Amino acid sequence: MSESEALESMVGGEYKYGFTTDVEYEDFPTGINEEIIREISRRKDEPEWVTEFRLEAFEKWKEMEEPDWPNVEYDRPDFDNIQYYSSTKKKDGKKKPESLDDVDPEILETYEKLGIPLEEQKQLQGIAVDAVFDSESIFTTFKEKLAEAGVIFCSISEAIQDHPELVKQYMGSVVPKGDNFYAALNSAVFSDGSFVYVPEDTVCPMELSTYFRINNMQSGQFERTLIICEDNSQVSYLEGCTAPMYQENQLHAAVVELVALEDAEIKYSTIQNWYSGDEEGNGGIFNFVTKRGHCRGDNSKISWTQVETGSAITWKYPSVILQGDNSTGEFYSVAVTNQRQQADTGTKMIHVGKNTKSTIISKGISAGESNNSYRGLVKISPRADGAQNYSVCDSMLIGQTCGAHTFPYIESANPTAKVEHEASTSRVGEEQIFYLQQRGMDEDDAISMIVNGFAKEVLQKLPMEFAVEADKLLGIKLEGSVG
Amino acid sequence: MLEIKDLHVCVEEDGTEILKGVNLTINKGEIHAIMGPNGSGKSTLSKAVAGHEAYEVTQGDILFEGESILELEPEERAHLGVFLAFQYPVEVPGVTNKTLLRQAYNTIAREQGREELDPLQFEDYAKDKLDLIDMKEEFLDRSINAGFSGGEKKRNEIFQMAVLNPKLSFLDETDSGLDIDALKTVANGINQIADEDKAVCLVTHYQRILDYVTPDHVHVMIDGKIAKSGDKDLAVKLEEQGYDWLTDVASVSVNGEQ
Repeated sequence: MSESEALESMVGGEYKYGFTTDVEYEDFPTGINEEIIREISRRKDEPEWVTEFRLEAFEKWKEMEEPDWPNVEYDRPDFDNIQYYSSTKKKDGKKKPESLDDVDPEILETYEKLGIPLEEQKQLQGIAVDAVFDSESIFTTFKEKLAEAGVIFCSISEAIQDHPELVKQYMGSVVPKGDNFYAALNSAVFSDGSFVYVPEDTVCPMELSTYFRINNMQSGQFERTLIICEDNSQVSYLEGCTAPMYQENQLHAAVVELVALEDAEIKYSTIQNWYSGDEEGNGGIFNFVTKRGHCRGDNSKISWTQVETGSAITWKYPSVILQGDNSTGEFYSVAVTNQRQQADTGTKMIHVGKNTKSTIISKGISAGESNNSYRGLVKISPRADGAQNYSVCDSMLIGQTCGAHTFPYIESANPTAKVEHEASTSRVGEEQIFYLQQRGMDEDDAISMIVNGFAKEVLQKLPMEFAVEADKLLGIKLEGSVG
Repeated sequence: MLEIKDLHVCVEEDGTEILKGVNLTINKGEIHAIMGPNGSGKSTLSKAVAGHEAYEVTQGDILFEGESILELEPEERAHLGVFLAFQYPVEVPGVTNKTLLRQAYNTIAREQGREELDPLQFEDYAKDKLDLIDMKEEFLDRSINAGFSGGEKKRNEIFQMAVLNPKLSFLDETDSGLDIDALKTVANGINQIADEDKAVCLVTHYQRILDYVTPDHVHVMIDGKIAKSGDKDLAVKLEEQGYDWLTDVASVSVNGEQ
């Protein structure tokens, strides 16, 4: 498989990932209660402290109300009708495959079809992959090679077994169990996600990536990811997501926690292409996610880059708590909505340390009858002397029936802080398209060129291998969006 | 090369008829100038030839190299070698001139069965063309027309024309809003591009660009029709006498501002 084919598959195309894989699942009851949570923990063979973590979260969740402030409309999920754990039947009763021979060939084929072959020799050089299928990590590649550098890259379930001290120390330290409604739900029922640990003075030798796939129609996916960078270390991580086309909505409620210690740097990129529902707005993923990074050490840096093109509803604010002095937080986002999609996304930059800096570049593109909101908070605490923020929120409208909204919140309690906010709204016009057509481009290429120009600042932040494909994805997503 | 026969064109939105039976033939190697007062239909004619969807052809035909192009999309007309320099060039932030032009050049080359250029070859090719309009290399890396002055936008149209090397170019008021130096540069660019295999049609309000680009034919358009055709002396006469002698209806002077 050529590099470009592989990458194309990673980010998607016209939605060609809507197929379903026919696998046998272990029986698991639907609904949520204490017994179900204990059962999840039992199936995963978890130590007592994890079970306790889950139960405490569940207690909090029961007391919480689903928030209604986001600028999206949907039918509240029926929490009693969701299957919170979805595991395929394994050969010989093994829990986790030791080699690819132990993985169900149907699942291997699924990843092959998605363009993510799990055989290491078939993969792109320099990218290690963790493949998560419904509730489980199927396989993680290049583990040995990474281990040579001291980097741990595995599923969170394995990390709980093999590195409990690290998980215990950090899990829930950035996003507490009861942080918000969906984070609490995730903390109670979380299944798999990735775990990354980069030791001191280490630059992770490979790009790390996780590929999330929801297959089971009834199940939700409760991804839990934790990335820790010790002093003076660096990592770049990328996640990709797809799901089959179902008439019903599926819930993806993730929690992602990043911890950067002194002089450490984490770059986290997302290319989200969950199934977005059909033209009438039936089906599609509810993408309700809590992502937060903690710049715990001085001079640390956390950078979020997201290209959000899928999901019926996207509701997420990848944030950074800038605690270490001179730490830096960045948020680069392109959110595309088309047809009936809705997105309410943005970031929070919480400045605590001195001379902390944050940059927010948000590009929202709405087409069809979709609704796209940017919501962001910049908060400067009293001791954050010399803090600086620079925000740009640009919206682009394609057609007459979509909506774009901006909700910036700025709270500054330190007079030495500098906060700048710029916003703009533009419309892709007939004249712009005609101009490019006159130069020889067809309508879809013209729109693609205009949109990519608009989103360029953000696309440039993606790891290079993925930038080209993200470019294409934007174009494909908006094909035919001008009458 | 181009044959326009009894062309009637309406604004699609409200059905107003703007062109009311235009006949015009442009042969290769010729430079034409279409003059006329505001609202006479000059720009509409350019856009109709380029295929703008807001203008509906209700009668007549446009033939390019003997074939009707009425059913073709704007990009298909561009692939055949039809170019329009816009009166108001559009801004496309974030997309560089180089990106647009290389994609445009290669698309057209592919359609015409010519060889495409790789990025390095294209850069060399495009740099040669920059001299025509007296612009520096950085021009290639700037976003299309974004933040350009009026003069730069017009020069950029001529530059694009030079790069794409079309058979037929309509220049819609490329001369308006230019100071004398910029006008000379633009005129010089046009003169260098025009050769025996190509045709250029200048759509203009003013006679002054015709001091630098000598037309073979001059047409005066009034109220959606070509009221008079002649050689360059016609332009001189218009300069002196305005349009009044051609019609009682039109009373706009050639030198009058809009």
